[in-house]
Amino acid sequence: MLLLIKYTLLYGIVLMLVALGGMFSEHSGIINIALEGIMVIGGVAGVLTLTMLPASLSPFLVVLISILVAALAGVVYSLLLAFASINLKADQTIGGTALNLLATAIAVVISKYFSESGSAKLNYSNKPFLFSIGGLELSVFVPLGLILLVVSYIVLYKTRFGLRLRACGEHPQAADSVGINVYKMRYAGVILSGALGAIGGLAYIVPPVQTWNFEVGVAGAGFLALAVMIFGQWKPFHIFGAAMFFAVFKSLANIADSTFLAQLHWSSNIYNMMPFVASMVILAFTSKNSMAPKAEGIPYDKGSR
Amino acid sequence: MNKKKLSHSGSLQSSVTSVLAALLCILIGLLVGFLVLVAINPAHAWGDGFVRIIKGGFHDAPYGVGKELANAAPLIMTGLSVAFAFKTGLFNIGAAGQYTLGAYGALYCAIMLKLPWFVCLLAAAVLGGLWGAIPGFFKAYFNINEVITSIMFNWIGLYLVNELIYQNGTGPMYDVRNTRTLNLSKNADFAQSLIPDFGLNKLFQTNSTTIAIFLAAAVAVLIWVVLNKTTFGYELKAVGLNKNAARYAGINEKKNIILSMAIAGALAGFGAGLFFLSNVSQWNPLNSTSLPGMGFNGISVALLASSNPIGTVFSALFISHISVGGSFLSTKFYPTEISDLISGIIIYLCAFSMLFRGKIQSLLFRNAEKTNVNAEPAPAAEKTKKEGK
Repeated sequence: MLLLIKYTLLYGIVLMLVALGGMFSEHSGIINIALEGIMVIGGVAGVLTLTMLPASLSPFLVVLISILVAALAGVVYSLLLAFASINLKADQTIGGTALNLLATAIAVVISKYFSESGSAKLNYSNKPFLFSIGGLELSVFVPLGLILLVVSYIVLYKTRFGLRLRACGEHPQAADSVGINVYKMRYAGVILSGALGAIGGLAYIVPPVQTWNFEVGVAGAGFLALAVMIFGQWKPFHIFGAAMFFAVFKSLANIADSTFLAQLHWSSNIYNMMPFVASMVILAFTSKNSMAPKAEGIPYDKGSR
Repeated sequence: MNKKKLSHSGSLQSSVTSVLAALLCILIGLLVGFLVLVAINPAHAWGDGFVRIIKGGFHDAPYGVGKELANAAPLIMTGLSVAFAFKTGLFNIGAAGQYTLGAYGALYCAIMLKLPWFVCLLAAAVLGGLWGAIPGFFKAYFNINEVITSIMFNWIGLYLVNELIYQNGTGPMYDVRNTRTLNLSKNADFAQSLIPDFGLNKLFQTNSTTIAIFLAAAVAVLIWVVLNKTTFGYELKAVGLNKNAARYAGINEKKNIILSMAIAGALAGFGAGLFFLSNVSQWNPLNSTSLPGMGFNGISVALLASSNPIGTVFSALFISHISVGGSFLSTKFYPTEISDLISGIIIYLCAFSMLFRGKIQSLLFRNAEKTNVNAEPAPAAEKTKKEGK
């Protein structure tokens, strides 16, 4: 049971962080399908930093620096999406897909360049990221994620910035008419999603294992986070709930063999499939009253009415 | 930009512009790739790096060329799958999942039922089509974006197929020693399921160069005819352009959305059939973390061809060309994924190639009315030569 909680929290926080990122981007009116790629970039940047930092550094600094570097890399990478979809008014889904493809290639090239073995595997120590409370081993991303969740809620609903951001996703023309710079707000949304997505990528890779093969990227976690965001109806606390719901299935896949579920003789494939099937069923039922930002996916053109 | 394209009469003019825009994307992509090569290992960047990528399969002819053709066939199909969906207003990011199901269909018919190859190909197309129809159904009846559904069904398909083949290592299609599905050419029982090669294997000194490439090219022509010369294709495109207007004109838009996705899926599934029945490789059911790259490369192929079915043949050949070129890179100096990096950059540029197209159009055709038509096909012919070599 303790194991189930542990894995659920680890994986749920990842999904929540990335989905929160997607939420900011979509509230500003940009569909961020590149979350998967942003996670990969954040992951590779963070892990590389981790391997390069001197061992003598205090754990706190190690954690802080690698998270910051990851977030920065994610921001830079997300600027590519912002530039294509805001300035050049490209199709956001296509641009995002391109960035997903590019991210894995970049990550493999970089990791092969830096790893001693010449393969895309990087070894690192995840000790600084872990701590335990009463036998429950957790990563620093759990408290960090919870803090970011509350902060996200406050930013989105209690600040002027959040209100303006949401206005740009609902009706950019109206927002522009009262003097809000739509382009700037959309950049802000995408940048926030880049930072959160990249931290999520690092959180996905680092805590559970000590070595990562970047050829697999993040195995669809970014796409799952998109489903979490939709299931969570673009609202922070709903997203938290949705992420935990998805994470339970994922952790069952990891620990099924050691529990009473082993008697069912289901393979991990079936458990892995479950969150996707569940999200399809849920999407089918909730799609009628979707709370999606109205202007998402439509490039903002000042001249159009 | 759109308006401009429509008002100018010649479709020739717009296709010349598309070709030039694609070439520009390729050029920039290659340039960035070269810079990366220089950054990683400046001493070998030109001869051992860039030239090898450009030479592609010709670095080790004829074997490399055969490999290139064998890989291009499924790429043409997944490219067509994405391009067909684009033409009907849908974004089929699910080609990878449909490809997965197609692979299962082909391999099941080949290994378990020992059916002849064309039946196996048909089965691959049918299963791929079914997998494509599901997102279409969700789009038509629940109004869920096909992108998100397709992504979900990519992973569902991967886990499903892996489970069906692997079955905890006891699956009858699974070869424990190679951790792959049974090798079709190692067993005479499966001979009738292999796509015939008519001497191509001997010509190219490979084991997997079959007539698949010609089948794929033929399907590309067929799709072009369906889209441009039939009422059915016209209806599908009309739904893509404006659902409501199409319904007003008496077109059943729900049926057409599902049909479009089913056809797109069938194309991707057919591509998987071409790949696995040519025995280019076997399916590895233990790989549960990454979807087949063919599906996603299909998106690059379609974008590079600006969704023109005939164009996909050439862009697939090009993508296959540089990825085979990448595989010939010496791992001592460079990771082979450089070619993935180049194609990734190219498709990122393609995402806003509309902009390039507008620029090229205004540059070339500013006083277009006076230009003689004979001068225009030249760049197109050049492109065919360059990519098709």
